[in-house]
Amino acid sequence: MFSDPANLTLANMSELLKKREISSEDLTQAFLERIEGLNPDINAYITIDRAGAITAAKEADKRLDAKQGEPLTGIPIGVKDLFCTKGILTTCASKILNNFIPPYESTVTSRLKGAGAVILGKTNMDEFAMGSSNETSHFGVVKNPWDKSRIPGGSSGGSAAAVSAGMGSATIGTDTGGSIRQPAALTGITGLKPTYGRVSRFGMIAFASSLDQAGPMTKTAEDAAILLQAMAGHDPKDATSIDAPVPDYMANLGDGLQGRKIGIPEEYFASGLSPDVARVIEDAKKQLTELGAELVPVSLPTTKHAIPTYYILAPAEASSNLARYDGIRFGYRCENPEDIRDLFFRTRAEGFGNEVKRRIMLGTYVLSSGYYDAYYLKAQKVRRLIADDFKAAFSKVDLLLAPTTPDTAFKLGEKTNDPVQMYLSDIFTINVNLAGLPAISIPCGFDKDNLPIGMQLIGRPLDESGILSAAHAYQQATQWHTRSPIL
Amino acid sequence: MPIDPNYETVIGLEVHTQLRTKSKIFCGCPNKFGAEANSQICPVCAGFPGVLPVMNREMVNMAIKTGLAINGQIKKLSVFSRKNYFYPDSPTGYQISQYDLPIVEHGELFIDLPDEPKKRIGVTRIHMEVDAGKSIHEGIVGASWVDLNRVGTPLLEIVSEPDMRSSEDAGAYLKKLRAIVRFLDVCDGNMEEGSFRCDANVSVRHYGAEKFGTRTELKNLNSIRNVMRAIDFEVDRQIDLIESGDKVVQETRLWDANKNISRSMRSKEDAHDYRYFPEPDLPPLTLEQSHIDDIKAKLPELPDAMAKRFQDEMGLSEYDAGVLTAEKEMSTYFEEANQIVSNAGKKNAKATANWVTVELLGRLNKDGLSIEDSPVSAVNLGKLVALIQTGEISGKIAKKVFAHMFDDGGDPEKIVAEKGLKQVTDSGSITAEVEKVLASHPDQVEQYRGGKTQILGFLVGKVMQATRGKANPAMVNKVLKEKLG
Ligand SMILES: [Zn+2]
Repeated sequence: MFSDPANLTLANMSELLKKREISSEDLTQAFLERIEGLNPDINAYITIDRAGAITAAKEADKRLDAKQGEPLTGIPIGVKDLFCTKGILTTCASKILNNFIPPYESTVTSRLKGAGAVILGKTNMDEFAMGSSNETSHFGVVKNPWDKSRIPGGSSGGSAAAVSAGMGSATIGTDTGGSIRQPAALTGITGLKPTYGRVSRFGMIAFASSLDQAGPMTKTAEDAAILLQAMAGHDPKDATSIDAPVPDYMANLGDGLQGRKIGIPEEYFASGLSPDVARVIEDAKKQLTELGAELVPVSLPTTKHAIPTYYILAPAEASSNLARYDGIRFGYRCENPEDIRDLFFRTRAEGFGNEVKRRIMLGTYVLSSGYYDAYYLKAQKVRRLIADDFKAAFSKVDLLLAPTTPDTAFKLGEKTNDPVQMYLSDIFTINVNLAGLPAISIPCGFDKDNLPIGMQLIGRPLDESGILSAAHAYQQATQWHTRSPIL
Repeated sequence: MPIDPNYETVIGLEVHTQLRTKSKIFCGCPNKFGAEANSQICPVCAGFPGVLPVMNREMVNMAIKTGLAINGQIKKLSVFSRKNYFYPDSPTGYQISQYDLPIVEHGELFIDLPDEPKKRIGVTRIHMEVDAGKSIHEGIVGASWVDLNRVGTPLLEIVSEPDMRSSEDAGAYLKKLRAIVRFLDVCDGNMEEGSFRCDANVSVRHYGAEKFGTRTELKNLNSIRNVMRAIDFEVDRQIDLIESGDKVVQETRLWDANKNISRSMRSKEDAHDYRYFPEPDLPPLTLEQSHIDDIKAKLPELPDAMAKRFQDEMGLSEYDAGVLTAEKEMSTYFEEANQIVSNAGKKNAKATANWVTVELLGRLNKDGLSIEDSPVSAVNLGKLVALIQTGEISGKIAKKVFAHMFDDGGDPEKIVAEKGLKQVTDSGSITAEVEKVLASHPDQVEQYRGGKTQILGFLVGKVMQATRGKANPAMVNKVLKEKLG
């Protein structure tokens, strides 16, 4: 009666569930079977919560039967393994948390569960969200469903691959420097990073507190709107969450592009862009013009400083955020420590992977006495200038259009020994985090090897509605987002 | 204490006060002591992954109060920073504190010294921070326990200018500061239990020198007495070093109260690099002037203002006013007792003050008790003073009643009634006693009438003896004079 959930969007499923044409239990069962079949190869999930998912699905069916369903009631999704889930292993893809079962629930998962969503499991990621290829996970690399010799992007690589491969109707990721948008682009899905503070960070294991933001990873902008509606809003448990009303994203979804001004930042098209990406983005520009948008050239002169600024600030915060993993209260602890120093040193030496250690060292260095002013303080100042650039651009335009990545997915192992090359894969996404803005990546074409290409729409602070409706208008007129990899 | 007249001592103090908020600074756990280890904790204060701090407004208000009480500038914008270091009882691996932008700057307080009244000591800053847990090494071999109950207790760090010049200055500063935080009811001021902790920065220099000498930091000072002793020891040590041609090394030294010495804990070279940076989980703290004004309007009366009132309105001496406002409990006791006296219709604050500072404090000191432990309540002391003021008992009888109250407790009115100590004020019975005495002392009566009027005292004494001290001496005098006419 129900064979392939992979071809449906979340909105489709919601409609079918509401009409009771399908049950959440069947849908969940179908996804679980698909996950169990594909995961040994794709490795998109670290933990599959079959029992919990089936229980939640049955519960959802009762509510749907009683006509008490909401848009997310009974919808099976995956969540990145850095959201604390009460009673469910939460590893952050690190050995240091390989046994950590939180006694509390993150606000994001709590709100999603409250809205009726069924959690299928916890998706793979780069260790502590540090990486752009999902190769730093303690639980193994994730493969790109479009070409399993390639990376899915990172750090939300498992979440991206899961949506792309139909291992869940949608997933939740987090984006510190591009970790939702970059893997979304490389796996041909839609990924939304909301405004910093729009979604609570409570219970989301921190990488860089001033940059981290949770968001939906979906097949369509419409699906992203449905999920964001449940996730967004002020949380008294997060002092950095924004206390502003949450608009009705679905109601604004059909606003269209007629008369809207889209800025084209020249710095994003200057150099380093692969010919395929450049060509596909040119096509997208034409498409947007046909939909009634006006393209306006703009400049973001500080763009070139984004990567160095980010790689000072994010590791600085991380070096401090990750100090709590000391083997004392939870998580991995080394065996037979001689004394407290040995316990700290060996627990962390054995528990953290190389990329995490690299960033802890970077961050410790830039905060050290004598270096603080030259690195951290200067980077803070540059961060303000980057935000000012965007502000100036948004005084002229409503949205910005940019490629999400300079190139399509690279080969597994290709950049693992060259951290700088790896860091450069986030060159188009990082400054959006530094400025705290909302941005969405949506599929807009394929390269000569049939690998997906994504484009970014960047909005003003709290204008998630603006970028969602623009993305929706584009998706209504194009088919790129409907393509799936053959598995 | 000028240990060597050629040297001047320079002292600055850093005081940590634990605030008496209902809950901890960044979570909802109760802020209380004495509970079973690790029973007052939650994922937030225990530093679990993904949790976030949320600022306790009660703490901010206490910091503002304290800042206002020392005439400090309350900053409309202050910033929390992380102080990073690894320690088992610091669960996050960093302490949330304030670094370059504290909530209070440029305060002052005044200390009273015998030769230097109202000496001003600057307060550089007050900042808010969070306390750490406790590591326990006793009762276990080859391991340590960690108790996180104290993690998240709000602290104010109050940093003075290097304005103190002797251990006496330091002692007076601590007493005044402790009185202020107790008057404000923001901290219980208990040094032994660590809710009021002090580190001292000490250096010496030749008199007239402009530059400060190299300073050392003294820690583990759990009483005002220990602060003063440790400073004296350190000043001696530093002068000896300089006199013998050595140099003072910048270091942190731990005071050993049992041995009365300090020893080096760590040198400047071993000092931590705390890698301070702004706390990204907490937005900068902004305050409205109206909020500061509200708190200012509700500030309780503070020791200096209260002492002035005691002098101006009650006519107390500067000394008595100082003694009665040195501790919150003392002033509360005095005011409560004095109210009883006033209620009895015989306002006499001087008499009340005298009874508190001389009789009560004398006895408390003798027995090694503090005012909180006084067996005589303020109400009962007030009643006793009122009994004297209304002429119910004489001062002499009152001392006996007081001794009784102190040893066995009780209400002075009842004691006077039960023991029949009430002054005889009935003129009939006094006249009868006077007539008896006059009849049995004809020689003295003769002498009085012959002009030797000083004999009256002898006759008064006889009447008082006969009444076992209960007769009102003034009335006895009056009746005697009438009869001797
Ligand atoms: Zn707590």
